[in-house]
Amino acid sequence: MIEAARRRPLACGNAFRPESRLRGVEPSLRLPRTEPGSGAARCRIPGAELAATLLVALAFACAPATPASAQTLRGTGDLGVVIERATGRVQVVDTSAKSSLATIAGLGDLSHASVVFSRDGRYAFVFGRDGGLTKIDLLEQKIARRVLQAGNSIGGAISQDGRVVAAQNYTPGGVRLFDAATLEPLAEIRAAPGLDGTPSKVVGLADAPGQRFVASLFDAGEIWVIDASDPRAPKVEKFTGIGRQPYDGFVTPDGRWYIAGLFGEDGLALLDLWHPERGVRRILDRYGKGEEKLPVYKMPHLRGWAIAAGYAYLPAIGRNEVLVVDTRDWNEVARVPVAGQPVFAIARPDARQVWVNFAFPDNGKVQVIDTETRSVAKTLEPGKAVLHLEFTPRGEAVWISARDDHKVVVYDTATLRPIATLAADSPSGIFFTTRAARMGF
Amino acid sequence: MGATGVPAGAASVAVPDGPVARTSAPAPARQQELLRLLRQDCGSCHGMRLTGGLGPALTPEALSARPEAGLVATIVAGRPGTAMPPWRRFLSEAEAQWLVVRLVSGDVETVRD
Repeated sequence: MIEAARRRPLACGNAFRPESRLRGVEPSLRLPRTEPGSGAARCRIPGAELAATLLVALAFACAPATPASAQTLRGTGDLGVVIERATGRVQVVDTSAKSSLATIAGLGDLSHASVVFSRDGRYAFVFGRDGGLTKIDLLEQKIARRVLQAGNSIGGAISQDGRVVAAQNYTPGGVRLFDAATLEPLAEIRAAPGLDGTPSKVVGLADAPGQRFVASLFDAGEIWVIDASDPRAPKVEKFTGIGRQPYDGFVTPDGRWYIAGLFGEDGLALLDLWHPERGVRRILDRYGKGEEKLPVYKMPHLRGWAIAAGYAYLPAIGRNEVLVVDTRDWNEVARVPVAGQPVFAIARPDARQVWVNFAFPDNGKVQVIDTETRSVAKTLEPGKAVLHLEFTPRGEAVWISARDDHKVVVYDTATLRPIATLAADSPSGIFFTTRAARMGF
Repeated sequence: MGATGVPAGAASVAVPDGPVARTSAPAPARQQELLRLLRQDCGSCHGMRLTGGLGPALTPEALSARPEAGLVATIVAGRPGTAMPPWRRFLSEAEAQWLVVRLVSGDVETVRD
Protein backbone atom coordinates (compact mmCIF):
# COMPACT_ATOMS: atom_id res chain seq x y z
CA MET A 1 0.00 0.00 0.00
CA ILE A 2 2.82 2.37 0.82
CA GLU A 3 4.38 1.42 -2.46
CA ALA A 4 1.18 2.10 -4.30
CA ALA A 5 0.82 5.50 -2.71
CA ARG A 6 4.34 6.45 -3.61
CA ARG A 7 4.11 5.22 -7.12
CA ARG A 8 0.97 7.06 -8.00
CA PRO A 9 1.34 10.58 -6.77
CA LEU A 10 -1.14 11.88 -9.32
CA ALA A 11 -3.82 9.36 -8.68
CA CYS A 12 -5.81 11.55 -6.33
CA GLY A 13 -6.47 14.28 -8.81
CA ASN A 14 -5.01 16.44 -11.48
CA ALA A 15 -5.48 19.95 -10.19
CA PHE A 16 -2.76 21.35 -12.44
CA ARG A 17 -4.71 20.67 -15.58
CA PRO A 18 -5.97 24.24 -15.83
CA GLU A 19 -2.49 25.62 -15.42
CA SER A 20 -1.23 23.22 -18.05
CA ARG A 21 -3.75 24.68 -20.47
CA LEU A 22 -2.62 28.19 -19.70
CA ARG A 23 0.96 27.28 -20.44
CA GLY A 24 0.06 25.73 -23.75
CA VAL A 25 0.71 22.24 -22.56
CA GLU A 26 -1.48 19.58 -24.02
CA PRO A 27 -4.36 19.16 -21.60
CA SER A 28 -4.63 15.40 -21.91
CA LEU A 29 -2.69 14.57 -18.79
CA ARG A 30 -2.15 10.84 -18.90
CA LEU A 31 -2.86 9.26 -15.61
CA PRO A 32 -1.37 5.91 -14.72
CA ARG A 33 -3.52 2.98 -15.66
CA THR A 34 -5.63 2.09 -12.63
CA GLU A 35 -7.55 -0.95 -11.64
CA PRO A 36 -11.32 -0.45 -11.31
CA GLY A 37 -12.31 0.75 -7.88
CA SER A 38 -8.76 1.22 -6.72
CA GLY A 39 -8.84 5.00 -6.67
CA ALA A 40 -10.36 5.33 -3.23
CA ALA A 41 -8.09 2.69 -1.78
CA ARG A 42 -5.04 4.61 -2.83
CA CYS A 43 -6.10 7.60 -0.76
CA ARG A 44 -6.64 5.59 2.37
CA ILE A 45 -4.13 6.31 5.09
CA PRO A 46 -1.50 3.74 4.34
CA GLY A 47 -0.35 2.69 7.81
CA ALA A 48 1.38 3.71 10.98
CA GLU A 49 4.87 3.14 9.62
CA LEU A 50 4.51 5.92 7.09
CA ALA A 51 6.47 9.04 7.97
CA ALA A 52 4.42 11.92 9.29
CA THR A 53 5.50 14.24 6.50
CA LEU A 54 4.35 11.85 3.86
CA LEU A 55 1.02 11.49 5.65
CA VAL A 56 0.54 15.22 5.52
CA ALA A 57 1.43 15.27 1.85
CA LEU A 58 -0.99 12.49 1.08
CA ALA A 59 -3.74 14.17 3.04
CA PHE A 60 -3.26 17.31 1.01
CA ALA A 61 -3.06 15.33 -2.17
CA CYS A 62 -6.44 13.76 -1.44
CA ALA A 63 -8.15 17.04 -0.61
CA PRO A 64 -10.23 18.39 -3.48
CA ALA A 65 -8.81 21.89 -4.09
CA THR A 66 -5.14 21.43 -3.41
CA PRO A 67 -2.26 23.46 -4.81
CA ALA A 68 -0.16 21.51 -7.28
CA SER A 69 2.93 21.88 -5.12
CA ALA A 70 1.49 19.68 -2.38
CA GLN A 71 0.38 17.04 -4.84
CA THR A 72 3.71 16.76 -6.51
CA LEU A 73 5.78 16.29 -3.37
CA ARG A 74 7.98 13.55 -4.67
CA GLY A 75 11.48 12.91 -5.95
CA THR A 76 12.45 12.70 -9.61
CA GLY A 77 14.93 9.84 -9.41
CA ASP A 78 12.55 7.43 -11.10
CA LEU A 79 11.27 9.84 -13.73
CA GLY A 80 12.26 10.32 -17.33
CA VAL A 81 11.05 11.46 -20.72
CA VAL A 82 10.13 9.67 -23.93
CA ILE A 83 10.39 11.65 -27.16
CA GLU A 84 7.44 11.42 -29.57
CA ARG A 85 9.45 12.44 -32.60
CA ALA A 86 6.78 12.98 -35.24
CA THR A 87 4.46 15.14 -33.19
CA GLY A 88 6.85 17.32 -31.21
CA ARG A 89 5.74 15.98 -27.85
CA VAL A 90 7.39 14.33 -24.89
CA GLN A 91 5.91 12.02 -22.33
CA VAL A 92 6.96 12.27 -18.72
CA VAL A 93 7.28 8.71 -17.46
CA ASP A 94 7.65 7.00 -14.09
CA THR A 95 9.97 3.98 -14.18
CA SER A 96 8.74 2.60 -10.84
CA ALA A 97 5.08 2.58 -11.83
CA LYS A 98 6.03 1.85 -15.47
CA SER A 99 3.53 4.44 -16.53
CA SER A 100 3.20 7.71 -18.35
CA LEU A 101 2.41 10.69 -16.13
CA ALA A 102 1.85 13.42 -18.70
CA THR A 103 2.32 14.45 -22.29
CA ILE A 104 3.81 17.85 -23.06
CA ALA A 105 3.36 19.30 -26.54
CA GLY A 106 4.79 22.21 -28.46
CA LEU A 107 8.46 21.25 -28.68
CA GLY A 108 8.82 21.61 -32.45
CA ASP A 109 10.74 19.16 -34.66
CA LEU A 110 11.94 16.35 -32.43
CA SER A 111 13.14 14.05 -35.20
CA HIS A 112 16.63 13.81 -33.71
CA ALA A 113 15.95 15.03 -30.21
CA SER A 114 18.26 14.42 -27.30
CA VAL A 115 17.98 15.35 -23.65
CA VAL A 116 20.19 16.31 -20.70
CA PHE A 117 19.03 16.87 -17.12
CA SER A 118 19.61 19.53 -14.51
CA ARG A 119 21.68 18.14 -11.69
CA ASP A 120 18.75 18.27 -9.28
CA GLY A 121 16.95 15.94 -11.67
CA ARG A 122 13.96 18.23 -11.92
CA TYR A 123 14.40 19.73 -15.37
CA ALA A 124 14.93 18.10 -18.75
CA PHE A 125 16.61 20.14 -21.49
CA VAL A 126 15.34 18.91 -24.84
CA PHE A 127 17.37 19.73 -27.97
CA GLY A 128 15.20 19.64 -31.10
CA ARG A 129 16.25 19.24 -34.72
CA ASP A 130 14.86 22.68 -35.56
CA GLY A 131 17.16 24.40 -33.06
CA GLY A 132 14.55 24.52 -30.31
CA LEU A 133 15.91 24.21 -26.78
CA THR A 134 13.13 23.47 -24.31
CA LYS A 135 13.42 23.24 -20.55
CA ILE A 136 10.77 20.95 -19.10
CA ASP A 137 9.77 20.85 -15.47
CA LEU A 138 9.23 17.16 -14.70
CA LEU A 139 7.37 17.89 -11.47
CA GLU A 140 4.95 20.47 -12.79
CA GLN A 141 4.93 18.63 -16.11
CA LYS A 142 5.05 21.70 -18.27
CA ILE A 143 7.43 23.74 -20.36
CA ALA A 144 9.43 26.01 -18.05
CA ARG A 145 11.33 27.84 -20.79
CA ARG A 146 11.93 27.53 -24.48
CA VAL A 147 14.22 29.25 -27.00
CA LEU A 148 14.92 28.78 -30.69
CA GLN A 149 18.69 28.85 -30.72
CA ALA A 150 19.73 27.65 -34.19
CA GLY A 151 18.40 26.55 -37.58
CA ASN A 152 19.39 22.91 -37.28
CA SER A 153 20.58 21.24 -34.13
CA ILE A 154 21.51 17.76 -33.08
CA GLY A 155 21.95 17.64 -29.32
CA GLY A 156 23.73 19.10 -26.36
CA ALA A 157 25.38 18.70 -23.00
CA ILE A 158 25.35 20.21 -19.52
CA SER A 159 28.42 21.42 -17.66
CA GLN A 160 30.02 19.71 -14.68
CA ASP A 161 28.54 22.26 -12.27
CA GLY A 162 25.15 22.14 -13.95
CA ARG A 163 25.08 25.86 -14.71
CA VAL A 164 25.80 25.89 -18.42
CA VAL A 165 23.89 24.12 -21.17
CA ALA A 166 25.72 23.68 -24.49
CA ALA A 167 23.92 23.05 -27.78
CA GLN A 168 25.68 21.47 -30.77
CA ASN A 169 24.46 22.81 -34.06
CA TYR A 170 24.59 21.92 -37.72
CA THR A 171 23.23 25.25 -38.97
CA PRO A 172 24.97 27.48 -38.21
CA GLY A 173 27.70 24.98 -37.41
CA GLY A 174 28.98 25.56 -33.90
CA VAL A 175 28.30 25.37 -30.20
CA ARG A 176 26.17 27.77 -28.21
CA LEU A 177 26.26 28.15 -24.45
CA PHE A 178 23.22 29.01 -22.33
CA ASP A 179 22.49 29.75 -18.70
CA ALA A 180 20.85 26.55 -17.43
CA ALA A 181 18.52 28.50 -15.14
CA THR A 182 17.21 31.06 -17.61
CA LEU A 183 18.32 29.78 -21.06
CA GLU A 184 19.89 33.19 -21.56
CA PRO A 185 22.55 32.93 -24.32
CA LEU A 186 26.08 33.27 -22.95
CA ALA A 187 28.42 32.62 -25.86
CA GLU A 188 28.63 31.33 -29.41
CA ILE A 189 31.53 29.31 -30.72
CA ARG A 190 31.45 29.15 -34.50
CA ALA A 191 32.93 25.96 -35.97
CA ALA A 192 35.84 25.92 -38.43
CA PRO A 193 34.70 25.66 -42.04
CA GLY A 194 34.62 22.49 -44.08
CA LEU A 195 35.53 22.23 -47.76
CA ASP A 196 32.50 24.19 -48.89
CA GLY A 197 33.43 27.16 -46.71
CA THR A 198 30.48 26.98 -44.32
CA PRO A 199 31.01 26.23 -40.62
CA SER A 200 31.30 22.52 -39.86
CA LYS A 201 28.47 20.54 -38.42
CA VAL A 202 29.24 19.81 -34.79
CA VAL A 203 28.85 16.23 -33.59
CA GLY A 204 29.76 14.27 -30.49
CA LEU A 205 29.47 17.03 -27.92
CA ALA A 206 30.30 15.78 -24.43
CA ASP A 207 30.81 17.30 -21.01
CA ALA A 208 34.16 16.78 -19.32
CA PRO A 209 35.67 17.61 -15.93
CA GLY A 210 36.95 21.14 -15.42
CA GLN A 211 33.86 22.85 -16.84
CA ARG A 212 34.87 21.66 -20.28
CA PHE A 213 32.95 20.53 -23.31
CA VAL A 214 34.49 18.47 -26.09
CA ALA A 215 33.10 18.31 -29.60
CA SER A 216 34.02 17.05 -33.07
CA LEU A 217 33.67 18.90 -36.36
CA PHE A 218 32.28 16.61 -39.04
CA ASP A 219 33.33 18.63 -42.08
CA ALA A 220 36.64 20.06 -40.82
CA GLY A 221 37.89 16.90 -39.12
CA GLU A 222 38.80 18.53 -35.83
CA ILE A 223 38.22 18.02 -32.11
CA TRP A 224 37.68 21.11 -29.99
CA VAL A 225 37.98 21.31 -26.22
CA ILE A 226 35.95 24.21 -24.89
CA ASP A 227 36.74 25.52 -21.42
CA ALA A 228 33.55 27.17 -20.16
CA SER A 229 34.89 28.19 -16.75
CA ASP A 230 33.93 31.68 -17.82
CA PRO A 231 30.91 30.80 -19.94
CA ARG A 232 30.68 34.29 -21.42
CA ALA A 233 34.27 34.04 -22.66
CA PRO A 234 34.98 30.36 -23.33
CA LYS A 235 38.47 29.28 -24.34
CA VAL A 236 38.84 26.82 -27.19
CA GLU A 237 41.71 24.40 -27.72
CA LYS A 238 41.70 22.98 -31.25
CA PHE A 239 43.03 19.65 -32.44
CA THR A 240 43.24 19.58 -36.23
CA GLY A 241 43.80 16.74 -38.66
CA ILE A 242 42.27 14.17 -36.32
CA GLY A 243 40.75 12.14 -39.17
CA ARG A 244 38.10 12.49 -41.85
CA GLN A 245 34.43 12.95 -40.99
CA PRO A 246 34.15 12.31 -37.26
CA TYR A 247 30.47 11.35 -36.92
CA ASP A 248 30.03 11.15 -33.15
CA GLY A 249 32.02 11.09 -29.95
CA PHE A 250 31.80 10.25 -26.27
CA VAL A 251 33.70 10.51 -23.00
CA THR A 252 34.43 7.56 -20.75
CA PRO A 253 32.50 7.39 -17.46
CA ASP A 254 35.45 8.92 -15.56
CA GLY A 255 35.62 11.83 -17.97
CA ARG A 256 39.23 11.15 -18.91
CA TRP A 257 39.08 9.91 -22.50
CA TYR A 258 37.23 11.45 -25.41
CA ILE A 259 36.77 9.22 -28.42
CA ALA A 260 35.41 10.21 -31.82
CA GLY A 261 34.31 7.69 -34.43
CA LEU A 262 35.49 8.37 -37.99
CA PHE A 263 33.29 7.81 -41.00
CA GLY A 264 35.80 8.84 -43.64
CA GLU A 265 38.65 6.54 -42.65
CA ASP A 266 39.55 3.61 -40.45
CA GLY A 267 39.74 3.74 -36.68
CA LEU A 268 38.75 6.21 -33.98
CA ALA A 269 40.36 9.38 -32.65
CA LEU A 270 41.35 9.34 -28.97
CA LEU A 271 42.12 12.34 -26.75
CA ASP A 272 43.42 12.04 -23.18
CA LEU A 273 41.74 14.90 -21.32
CA TRP A 274 44.21 14.52 -18.47
CA HIS A 275 46.94 15.26 -21.01
CA PRO A 276 45.54 17.19 -23.92
CA GLU A 277 49.08 18.37 -24.65
CA ARG A 278 49.83 14.86 -25.89
CA GLY A 279 47.39 15.40 -28.72
CA VAL A 280 44.91 13.15 -30.49
CA ARG A 281 45.96 9.68 -31.50
CA ARG A 282 44.36 7.05 -33.66
CA ILE A 283 43.16 3.78 -32.22
CA LEU A 284 41.77 0.65 -33.88
CA ASP A 285 43.15 1.85 -37.18
CA ARG A 286 43.52 -1.69 -38.38
CA TYR A 287 39.92 -2.65 -37.95
CA GLY A 288 38.29 -2.84 -41.31
CA LYS A 289 41.49 -2.05 -43.15
CA GLY A 290 41.35 -3.16 -46.74
CA GLU A 291 37.85 -4.54 -46.32
CA GLU A 292 34.82 -3.17 -48.09
CA LYS A 293 32.51 -1.36 -45.69
CA LEU A 294 28.81 -2.12 -45.90
CA PRO A 295 26.60 0.81 -46.89
CA VAL A 296 25.71 2.75 -43.74
CA TYR A 297 22.01 3.62 -43.57
CA LYS A 298 22.22 5.15 -40.13
CA MET A 299 25.25 6.47 -38.30
CA PRO A 300 26.11 4.68 -35.06
CA HIS A 301 25.66 6.66 -31.86
CA LEU A 302 28.59 6.57 -29.51
CA ARG A 303 27.11 8.59 -26.71
CA GLY A 304 25.35 5.64 -25.21
CA TRP A 305 28.79 4.12 -24.69
CA ALA A 306 29.20 0.79 -23.09
CA ILE A 307 32.17 0.49 -20.80
CA ALA A 308 31.90 -2.87 -19.10
CA ALA A 309 34.50 -4.26 -16.72
CA GLY A 310 37.38 -2.36 -18.28
CA TYR A 311 36.34 -2.96 -21.87
CA ALA A 312 34.58 -0.63 -24.25
CA TYR A 313 31.91 -2.11 -26.51
CA LEU A 314 31.73 0.06 -29.61
CA PRO A 315 29.40 -0.18 -32.59
CA ALA A 316 31.53 -0.89 -35.65
CA ILE A 317 30.69 1.37 -38.56
CA GLY A 318 29.82 -0.31 -41.84
CA ARG A 319 29.94 -3.83 -40.42
CA ASN A 320 27.73 -6.16 -38.45
CA GLU A 321 29.97 -6.23 -35.40
CA VAL A 322 30.45 -4.80 -31.95
CA LEU A 323 34.12 -4.10 -31.22
CA VAL A 324 35.52 -4.92 -27.80
CA VAL A 325 38.39 -2.66 -26.78
CA ASP A 326 40.62 -2.84 -23.71
CA THR A 327 40.39 0.61 -22.11
CA ARG A 328 43.88 0.25 -20.52
CA ASP A 329 45.73 0.28 -23.83
CA TRP A 330 42.90 0.87 -26.35
CA ASN A 331 43.68 -2.26 -28.32
CA GLU A 332 40.97 -4.35 -29.90
CA VAL A 333 40.52 -7.63 -28.05
CA ALA A 334 37.45 -9.13 -29.72
CA ARG A 335 34.64 -8.60 -32.20
CA VAL A 336 31.15 -9.80 -31.49
CA PRO A 337 29.18 -10.68 -34.65
CA VAL A 338 25.68 -9.22 -34.42
CA ALA A 339 22.44 -9.12 -36.42
CA GLY A 340 23.06 -5.87 -38.26
CA GLN A 341 24.96 -2.60 -38.11
CA PRO A 342 24.82 -1.50 -34.49
CA VAL A 343 23.49 1.97 -33.66
CA PHE A 344 23.58 1.94 -29.87
CA ALA A 345 25.61 -0.47 -27.71
CA ILE A 346 24.71 0.23 -24.10
CA ALA A 347 25.88 -1.56 -20.96
CA ARG A 348 23.47 -2.56 -18.24
CA PRO A 349 24.60 -0.57 -15.19
CA ASP A 350 26.18 -3.66 -13.61
CA ALA A 351 28.12 -4.25 -16.88
CA ARG A 352 27.11 -7.90 -17.19
CA GLN A 353 25.17 -7.28 -20.40
CA VAL A 354 25.47 -4.96 -23.37
CA TRP A 355 22.28 -4.32 -25.31
CA VAL A 356 22.50 -3.43 -28.99
CA ASN A 357 20.03 -2.08 -31.52
CA PHE A 358 20.49 -1.80 -35.26
CA ALA A 359 20.28 0.40 -38.30
CA PHE A 360 17.67 0.02 -41.03
CA PRO A 361 16.81 -2.57 -42.32
CA ASP A 362 17.63 -4.69 -39.25
CA ASN A 363 16.00 -2.28 -36.84
CA GLY A 364 13.32 -4.69 -35.60
CA LYS A 365 15.86 -6.55 -33.48
CA VAL A 366 17.70 -6.01 -30.24
CA GLN A 367 20.52 -8.28 -29.14
CA VAL A 368 21.86 -8.90 -25.66
CA ILE A 369 25.60 -9.54 -25.41
CA ASP A 370 26.88 -11.45 -22.40
CA THR A 371 30.06 -9.59 -21.45
CA GLU A 372 31.56 -12.66 -19.82
CA THR A 373 31.43 -14.80 -22.94
CA ARG A 374 31.41 -11.85 -25.37
CA SER A 375 28.69 -13.48 -27.41
CA VAL A 376 25.05 -12.83 -28.13
CA ALA A 377 22.95 -14.39 -25.39
CA LYS A 378 19.58 -13.57 -26.88
CA THR A 379 17.94 -11.89 -29.85
CA LEU A 380 14.74 -9.99 -29.11
CA GLU A 381 12.14 -8.50 -31.41
CA PRO A 382 10.52 -5.75 -29.38
CA GLY A 383 8.73 -4.13 -32.33
CA LYS A 384 9.18 -2.31 -35.62
CA ALA A 385 11.94 0.29 -35.93
CA VAL A 386 13.67 0.15 -32.57
CA LEU A 387 15.35 3.52 -32.14
CA HIS A 388 16.65 3.66 -28.59
CA LEU A 389 16.93 1.93 -25.26
CA GLU A 390 17.47 3.17 -21.72
CA PHE A 391 18.15 1.29 -18.50
CA THR A 392 16.45 2.08 -15.21
CA PRO A 393 18.90 3.51 -12.66
CA ARG A 394 20.18 0.17 -11.43
CA GLY A 395 19.34 -1.80 -14.51
CA GLU A 396 16.64 -4.28 -13.48
CA ALA A 397 14.67 -3.12 -16.49
CA VAL A 398 15.30 -1.56 -19.87
CA TRP A 399 12.87 0.59 -21.85
CA ILE A 400 12.92 0.16 -25.62
CA SER A 401 11.21 2.41 -28.17
CA ALA A 402 9.61 0.85 -31.26
CA ARG A 403 8.84 3.80 -33.53
CA ASP A 404 6.65 2.11 -36.13
CA ASP A 405 4.65 0.12 -33.59
CA HIS A 406 4.03 3.29 -31.60
CA LYS A 407 5.00 1.71 -28.34
CA VAL A 408 7.65 1.52 -25.65
CA VAL A 409 8.34 -1.97 -24.36
CA VAL A 410 9.85 -2.54 -20.92
CA TYR A 411 11.99 -5.68 -20.52
CA ASP A 412 13.08 -7.40 -17.36
CA THR A 413 16.85 -7.65 -17.87
CA ALA A 414 17.16 -10.85 -15.82
CA THR A 415 14.49 -12.87 -17.61
CA LEU A 416 14.82 -10.96 -20.92
CA ARG A 417 11.02 -10.94 -21.12
CA PRO A 418 8.73 -7.95 -21.69
CA ILE A 419 6.96 -6.85 -18.53
CA ALA A 420 5.09 -3.72 -19.65
CA THR A 421 4.10 -1.81 -22.76
CA LEU A 422 3.30 1.88 -23.01
CA ALA A 423 1.61 3.56 -25.95
CA ALA A 424 3.61 6.37 -27.56
CA ASP A 425 3.34 8.15 -30.90
CA SER A 426 6.47 7.33 -32.98
CA PRO A 427 8.71 7.14 -29.91
CA SER A 428 12.44 7.71 -30.33
CA GLY A 429 14.79 8.72 -27.51
CA ILE A 430 14.18 7.59 -23.93
CA PHE A 431 16.02 9.50 -21.21
CA PHE A 432 15.92 8.90 -17.46
CA THR A 433 17.01 11.36 -14.78
CA THR A 434 19.88 9.09 -13.73
CA ARG A 435 21.75 10.86 -16.52
CA ALA A 436 21.85 13.99 -14.37
CA ALA A 437 24.62 12.46 -12.28
CA ARG A 438 26.61 10.74 -15.03
CA MET A 439 29.46 12.29 -16.95
CA GLY A 440 29.05 12.17 -20.70
CA PHE A 441 25.27 12.09 -20.48
CA MET B 1 30.31 17.75 -47.87
CA GLY B 2 28.52 20.65 -46.31
CA ALA B 3 24.97 21.88 -46.46
CA THR B 4 25.34 22.81 -50.10
CA GLY B 5 27.33 19.68 -50.95
CA VAL B 6 29.25 18.89 -54.09
CA PRO B 7 27.65 19.85 -57.40
CA ALA B 8 25.54 16.99 -58.68
CA GLY B 9 27.67 16.77 -61.79
CA ALA B 10 30.67 15.84 -59.64
CA ALA B 11 29.08 12.52 -58.70
CA SER B 12 31.48 9.76 -59.63
CA VAL B 13 28.66 7.73 -61.15
CA ALA B 14 28.16 8.48 -64.83
CA VAL B 15 24.68 9.82 -65.40
CA PRO B 16 22.95 10.99 -68.54
CA ASP B 17 22.18 14.67 -68.82
CA GLY B 18 18.67 15.92 -69.21
CA PRO B 19 15.33 14.54 -68.11
CA VAL B 20 14.92 10.88 -67.33
CA ALA B 21 12.28 8.97 -69.22
CA ARG B 22 8.99 9.03 -67.30
CA THR B 23 7.82 5.72 -66.02
CA SER B 24 4.53 4.71 -64.53
CA ALA B 25 3.99 5.65 -60.90
CA PRO B 26 4.30 2.97 -58.21
CA ALA B 27 1.07 1.46 -56.84
CA PRO B 28 -0.56 3.58 -54.12
CA ALA B 29 0.48 1.28 -51.26
CA ARG B 30 4.06 1.29 -52.50
CA GLN B 31 3.97 5.08 -52.79
CA GLN B 32 3.17 5.27 -49.11
CA GLU B 33 6.03 2.90 -48.32
CA LEU B 34 8.42 5.02 -50.34
CA LEU B 35 7.31 8.25 -48.68
CA ARG B 36 7.69 6.60 -45.32
CA LEU B 37 11.17 5.38 -46.24
CA LEU B 38 11.99 8.93 -47.30
CA ARG B 39 10.88 10.48 -44.03
CA GLN B 40 12.12 7.89 -41.60
CA ASP B 41 15.21 6.38 -43.16
CA CYS B 42 16.48 9.05 -45.54
CA GLY B 43 15.40 11.28 -42.65
CA SER B 44 18.05 9.71 -40.39
CA CYS B 45 20.57 11.97 -42.12
CA HIS B 46 18.44 14.49 -44.04
CA GLY B 47 15.99 15.19 -41.21
CA MET B 48 12.46 13.88 -40.83
CA ARG B 49 11.23 17.13 -42.34
CA LEU B 50 14.00 16.92 -44.95
CA THR B 51 15.46 20.22 -43.82
CA GLY B 52 18.92 18.68 -43.55
CA GLY B 53 21.08 17.05 -40.95
CA LEU B 54 24.37 15.29 -41.49
CA GLY B 55 23.18 15.16 -45.10
CA PRO B 56 21.99 18.23 -47.02
CA ALA B 57 18.41 19.52 -47.12
CA LEU B 58 16.10 17.86 -49.66
CA THR B 59 13.65 20.73 -49.93
CA PRO B 60 12.49 21.97 -53.36
CA GLU B 61 14.65 25.10 -52.91
CA ALA B 62 17.73 23.02 -52.11
CA LEU B 63 17.18 20.71 -55.08
CA SER B 64 16.04 23.23 -57.67
CA ALA B 65 19.43 23.68 -59.35
CA ARG B 66 20.20 19.99 -59.62
CA PRO B 67 19.51 17.81 -62.64
CA GLU B 68 16.92 15.15 -61.90
CA ALA B 69 19.01 12.37 -63.38
CA GLY B 70 21.87 13.14 -61.01
CA LEU B 71 19.53 13.00 -58.04
CA VAL B 72 18.17 9.63 -59.16
CA ALA B 73 21.70 8.29 -59.59
CA THR B 74 22.69 9.56 -56.15
CA ILE B 75 19.77 7.73 -54.53
CA VAL B 76 20.33 4.49 -56.38
CA ALA B 77 24.13 4.34 -56.35
CA GLY B 78 25.08 6.56 -53.43
CA ARG B 79 27.89 9.07 -53.55
CA PRO B 80 31.31 7.60 -52.81
CA GLY B 81 33.45 9.65 -50.47
CA THR B 82 30.41 10.97 -48.64
CA ALA B 83 28.03 9.43 -46.11
CA MET B 84 25.37 8.84 -48.82
CA PRO B 85 24.93 5.07 -49.28
CA PRO B 86 23.41 3.33 -52.32
CA TRP B 87 19.71 2.55 -51.84
CA ARG B 88 19.25 0.19 -54.79
CA ARG B 89 18.66 -2.68 -52.41
CA PHE B 90 15.46 -1.02 -51.25
CA LEU B 91 14.04 0.71 -54.30
CA SER B 92 14.22 0.56 -58.08
CA GLU B 93 15.47 3.32 -60.33
CA ALA B 94 11.90 4.00 -61.43
CA GLU B 95 10.86 4.38 -57.80
CA ALA B 96 13.81 6.68 -57.12
CA GLN B 97 12.73 8.71 -60.14
CA TRP B 98 9.19 8.96 -58.74
CA LEU B 99 10.59 10.11 -55.36
CA VAL B 100 12.77 12.75 -57.00
CA VAL B 101 9.78 14.22 -58.81
CA ARG B 102 7.89 14.36 -55.53
CA LEU B 103 10.87 15.91 -53.73
CA VAL B 104 11.41 18.58 -56.33
CA SER B 105 7.75 19.52 -56.19
CA GLY B 106 7.69 19.38 -52.38
CA ASP B 107 4.84 16.89 -52.44
CA VAL B 108 6.10 14.35 -49.93
CA GLU B 109 3.38 14.09 -47.31
CA THR B 110 2.31 10.59 -46.43
CA VAL B 111 -1.34 9.76 -45.88
CA ARG B 112 -0.47 8.62 -42.37
CA ASP B 113 3.02 8.48 -40.92
